Amino acid sequence: MPEAATAPVAEPRPPRKLYRSGDGRWLGGVARGLAGHLGLPVIWVRFAFVGLFMADGLGALLYAAFWFFVPLGIGGVDAQRPPSLVTSETSPDGRRRLVARKPDKGQIVALLLMVVVALVFVGNVDLGGGAKAYLWPTVLVGAGVALVWRQADNARRARWAEVGRHRRTVTLLRSVAGVLLVTAGVTGIFVLQGSAAHLGSVLQAALAVLVGITLLAGPYLVRMTQDLSEERLMRIRAQERAEVAAHVHDSVLHTLTLIQRNAESPGEVRRLARAQERDLRAWLYKPEGNGKDEDDEPTTLAEAVKRNAAEVEDKHGVPIEVVVVGDCPLDEKISAQMQAGREAMVNAAKYGGEGGAVQVFAEVEGRTVFVSVRDRGPGFDLDSIPADRMGVRESIIGRMERNGGTARLRAVPDGGTEVELEMERAENTS
Amino acid sequence: MSDPTETDGTAGAGEAAESAQPASGGPGERHVRVVLVDDHRMFRTGVQAEIGQTAQTGVEVVGEAADVDQAVTVITATRPEVVLLDVHLPGGGGVEVLRRCAPLMSDAEQPVRFLALSVSDAAEDVIGVIRGGARGYVTKTITGTDLVDSVFRVQEGDAVFSPRLAGFVLDAFASTDAPPVDEDMDRLTQREREVLRLIARGYAYKEIAKQLYISVKTVESHVSAVLRKLQLSNRHELTRWATARRLV
Repeated sequence: MPEAATAPVAEPRPPRKLYRSGDGRWLGGVARGLAGHLGLPVIWVRFAFVGLFMADGLGALLYAAFWFFVPLGIGGVDAQRPPSLVTSETSPDGRRRLVARKPDKGQIVALLLMVVVALVFVGNVDLGGGAKAYLWPTVLVGAGVALVWRQADNARRARWAEVGRHRRTVTLLRSVAGVLLVTAGVTGIFVLQGSAAHLGSVLQAALAVLVGITLLAGPYLVRMTQDLSEERLMRIRAQERAEVAAHVHDSVLHTLTLIQRNAESPGEVRRLARAQERDLRAWLYKPEGNGKDEDDEPTTLAEAVKRNAAEVEDKHGVPIEVVVVGDCPLDEKISAQMQAGREAMVNAAKYGGEGGAVQVFAEVEGRTVFVSVRDRGPGFDLDSIPADRMGVRESIIGRMERNGGTARLRAVPDGGTEVELEMERAENTS
Repeated sequence: MSDPTETDGTAGAGEAAESAQPASGGPGERHVRVVLVDDHRMFRTGVQAEIGQTAQTGVEVVGEAADVDQAVTVITATRPEVVLLDVHLPGGGGVEVLRRCAPLMSDAEQPVRFLALSVSDAAEDVIGVIRGGARGYVTKTITGTDLVDSVFRVQEGDAVFSPRLAGFVLDAFASTDAPPVDEDMDRLTQREREVLRLIARGYAYKEIAKQLYISVKTVESHVSAVLRKLQLSNRHELTRWATARRLV
């Protein structure tokens, strides 16, 4: 924990609860966790465990019990060592996340030392005659169990920290190694117990029992895991729904407040309502991720058209209905077309907005991108516009022609104006 | 999920006040019996207020329903000519209502026709209802006058395409169009495509007729043909379209 490392004194301690330490641990993190809990140096706790281990292996039993029952946590406060395995860092989305680091050399040395101590212990201790023969298999089983348990810890930690996919093979290898060790140990015990001749029948019996248990417990286990994963899925969904609901309620309340305040000006009320409607649509009906980041620059035609329409609508208070058929990435020419289209929308909203909603239609057909902007206003005659008014000629027609497209303005039979913009997409984009 | 639609219902009611003037061309002889299916009471009330003045609009609302079971019961009991059907409904949605009312739709003497009326923006929802047998789709922002018009068009057997629906349909057929080996039934002719495009651009049937130098009747028959193709086009193609859309 960076906070603990930088300001160990000033930091008020949270109520202490016993956790195993996930970072800087040698085996299960029990010693570090205990040390943090008791406020002792880790090395003392470790020595205590080693000492107890000498007393007929009591330390090992205790350690195993702690490992089994104490949950893995982040902590095991230890001022001597900065955290080495897991640190938390703040990701761009503001969430704190744990980052796994590679185990350092000290840890490997320590593990080796532990093994050596165990071997020496096993070699020296005298348990008397028959019992001693079982020691080796027991150590094997112990090592296998330790390997698998630690693996389980890692799997849990991997849920906090984002661990890369390549680790999965390592995970699998370790599990397999653990299982092999345990199997070897157990087989050893059997071999020692009876004569090797009985091994076959013993294995058969064991297999039969295993199969029986699987048959009996299998369905329950399968259902349990299914229930569990289903429950997790539901939880994720509920969380997502809660997020949407929170956003929606918040923004709706906001809009309603604004509407109450602006009740006398119908234009403003309409504008607010339209903006809110757009926002809600983006949240409810778009595929995830779309339309939620208002600040991103649009990268495709559909996004660009919708964004432009939304902005013009907000600015001029005229509803703009958008229909987009097909989609393509934006290139330079299309961007120019979008700007011309925006200009056309502004004109339509300004001069033709009284006739009702402005209708925008964009279609990608092969390499051709067609945009039409139509209003139902009083109509518009290009020739009657004074030559010094460059709005339409320059920013719509001129811009389209400079980029190799065409623009047509025409009066619609029953009133209103339609601007048609046509552009070929650039060759290099696919 | 219910609040936003409720909000929309309010908007619809507000529009009622705006467009409460008598509908165009005092119908008099026109008459249609309608059932409203929508799970938001406010919206039903709004629509009822907008189009329910039988003397002026010729529309008589003979029943209302708030979920799938209720809808099936009410429709079977009242046998309306047109059902205004919401896409999102508790109990399986508009598609389920259509499925269970399929025998009524194909009734030779007095077929029940469905017009989808939705706030949904999702192409999947809308295309689903149309494929289920609805004769058209309009958004809930439609004005009272236009809604009355649409109801009568559906009653007469026409298809009603809003610009948005036309966009969805063009989209759906655009991607299925790529392999020309498919049977003709599933494809749109050049003319149908043109008509759809003009609808998507916001043209009314009359304007389309003028633009293409054809009669309004011809426009109607093109639109009906598109609707038929959409309802008959094979499932495989549209599924592919839906998956492709999600990939975009």
